[in-house]
Amino acid sequence: MKGSVIVDEALCKGCELCTGVCPKGVLAMSTRFSAHGYHPVELVDPEQACTGCELCSVICPEAAFTVYRERAAA
Amino acid sequence: MSVDAVVPAVAPVVSYPRSLTPVPTHYCPGCTHGIAHRLVAEVIDELGVQDITIGVASVGCSVFAYNYFALDFAQAPHGRAPALATGLKRVSPGKLVFTYQGDGDLASIGAAEILHAAARGENITVIFINNAIYGMTGGQMAPTTLPGQRTTSSPLGRDVRTQGHPLRMSELLAQVDGAAYVARRSLHDVVNIRRAKKAIRKAFEVQQQGLGFAMVELLSSCPTNWGLTAQQSLDWIRDTMVPAFPLGDFKVPGDAPEAGGSRGPSAAKAGVSTAAGNGRAPKGGR
Amino acid sequence: MARELLKGNVAFAEAAIRAGCEAYFGYPITPQTEALEHMAKRMPELGRAFVQAESEVAAINMVYGAATAGARVMSSSSSPGVSLMMEGLSYIAGSRVPVVLVDIMRGGPGLGNIAPAQSDYNQMVKGGPHGDARMIVLAPATVQELIDLTVEAFDLAERYRCITVVLADGSLGQMMEPAELPPMREPRPAAERAAWALTGAAGRDPHAITSIYLDPEEEEAYNQQLQASYRHIEQDEVRFVEEHMADARIAVVAFGTSGRLSLTAIETARAEGIRVGLIRPVTLYPFPVARLRRLAEEVDAVLVVEMNAGQMLHDVRAATEGHVPVAFFGRTGGVVPMPEEVLDAIRDLHLQLALEEAVA
Repeated sequence: MKGSVIVDEALCKGCELCTGVCPKGVLAMSTRFSAHGYHPVELVDPEQACTGCELCSVICPEAAFTVYRERAAA
Repeated sequence: MSVDAVVPAVAPVVSYPRSLTPVPTHYCPGCTHGIAHRLVAEVIDELGVQDITIGVASVGCSVFAYNYFALDFAQAPHGRAPALATGLKRVSPGKLVFTYQGDGDLASIGAAEILHAAARGENITVIFINNAIYGMTGGQMAPTTLPGQRTTSSPLGRDVRTQGHPLRMSELLAQVDGAAYVARRSLHDVVNIRRAKKAIRKAFEVQQQGLGFAMVELLSSCPTNWGLTAQQSLDWIRDTMVPAFPLGDFKVPGDAPEAGGSRGPSAAKAGVSTAAGNGRAPKGGR
Repeated sequence: MARELLKGNVAFAEAAIRAGCEAYFGYPITPQTEALEHMAKRMPELGRAFVQAESEVAAINMVYGAATAGARVMSSSSSPGVSLMMEGLSYIAGSRVPVVLVDIMRGGPGLGNIAPAQSDYNQMVKGGPHGDARMIVLAPATVQELIDLTVEAFDLAERYRCITVVLADGSLGQMMEPAELPPMREPRPAAERAAWALTGAAGRDPHAITSIYLDPEEEEAYNQQLQASYRHIEQDEVRFVEEHMADARIAVVAFGTSGRLSLTAIETARAEGIRVGLIRPVTLYPFPVARLRRLAEEVDAVLVVEMNAGQMLHDVRAATEGHVPVAFFGRTGGVVPMPEEVLDAIRDLHLQLALEEAVA
């Protein structure tokens, strides 16, 4: 099942908790700065490994994640 | 990676809760207040009660909670949130009223207010954030600070001989007949966060059902004042706080006379509902 | 409505009920506990809210919560309990929600005693809640006035979005007098509560009721709003009662029970030929400054009579701006002076004036 996430960089504080829970290792801290001076996390998923498992959104203290997940074929 | 491959055809399975205001918070990076806020907002959304829920903010790091929840909110003096909630609920019985309190607010200056709100079986929901320290004022000892834990007012580590022992509020309040639901959960990992959300939902449902006082204590982090990273803080909760503050249900509806029912001399039911293995002795009859 | 023999504490509690008070939160404290007990019986009968709180600290915060919901709400207490309420009162004043508080004063400081006193004047009129907060303070002298002012207190509190205090003493709370209660006014339906109230944000933006303004300039702007409301109160709500002032050369200024017993002394003094009158402030805040300022042109001396060590005295001195001598007679500690004592003080002042005139 394919999934994807979008991170709201206006909310992300670069706490890195999501990188510790992602089972596919597709979240990484960027080196750029957000408007608030944090290094926001970003989805780095060239092989489309993200399954939309939601773990990142569960651990995120900023509710910064919007998670998408394909519905299984009927 | 291309998000477009998935986004267009599918609505998000997780998105920003409606009951949260979409603004950055002042909480420190990794602070579990953010998780707790999100869980409360998600529960309110799922129950569909955003329009009838009123929150009471307390004093602590979460003093500005009213800026973060898209709900009507009152701001209470330190410790007094359960009293404000009582007044609010008594004149607005059709609304859902909750307080959001830290350990200093609830267990120190507010100890009388929370005890008596529970004793009255006040039909409110209390979200109790226990991070074993005073965050807002810079890291002093809290009533929940652990023995030996260093804080700015216990710089040599909490000495129980002169500075007392920590309070286990869930266990204490569960003993009060008016308390209908008292549970302790933790926010230190995904599994526990999901369990915490279920408990928060139950605490609001207990209010909806008019069963009495409901509280969920959430073991939480304070990376800044603990001097740890966000991840290390969650691990500290798991390794050090959970053994001292056991997780579980200390009171569930059915353990106690219902709020508003006639209360004859009570013979408390023997046996207790609790998560496995916390070693608490069952209540005897009174 | 018929006149009935009513105890002060019961009278103000029932008056509040007749004014549509929806919630009462309090704590037992002598000499006002009968009010709590009356509310404990009546409020549940009427389906309204009553809680005996765990302390006055909790009680005033329950009042605060109910006030944020837009309900008519009150508490009552006595001096030591009112001290406990000061934090809550400041928050209430700082968030501009309407609240009524009845203070039945007793001897102090500290635990003191349960005898009548007027020694909370400074606390309620000058000090009280921390910060630049004022409360309207009404001072009844009879059970009827206690009833009437309690009813008005709710309207004043809502009109100005402030705290209105009914400041009485233990003798008024305990005495029984014939008085008339107003007809019952039903509480406002919940759907008609004020637009600013916390009612659940259905179909509108959420409201936050708070007294926090972290930015000092925002806090100042808020304080300016508060001050503006206080100027309106000062302009429009001053009340006082005058007796025998038309020919007076001495003005007794006294409030509440002191005013009442001073009138007895004044009438005896007048029978002796002393030209003395009474000004009895009914609003202690707003203080009748303009009326007192004119005294310099009317009388040769002022005698302030209080059941304290001299509290309203300073407001009288400030209002008269040094243009007329202001003497003081007071008893402290819960002692209620006999009219004869006030009469002696009037006679002394009269004699003093006569001597000064003779010498001049």
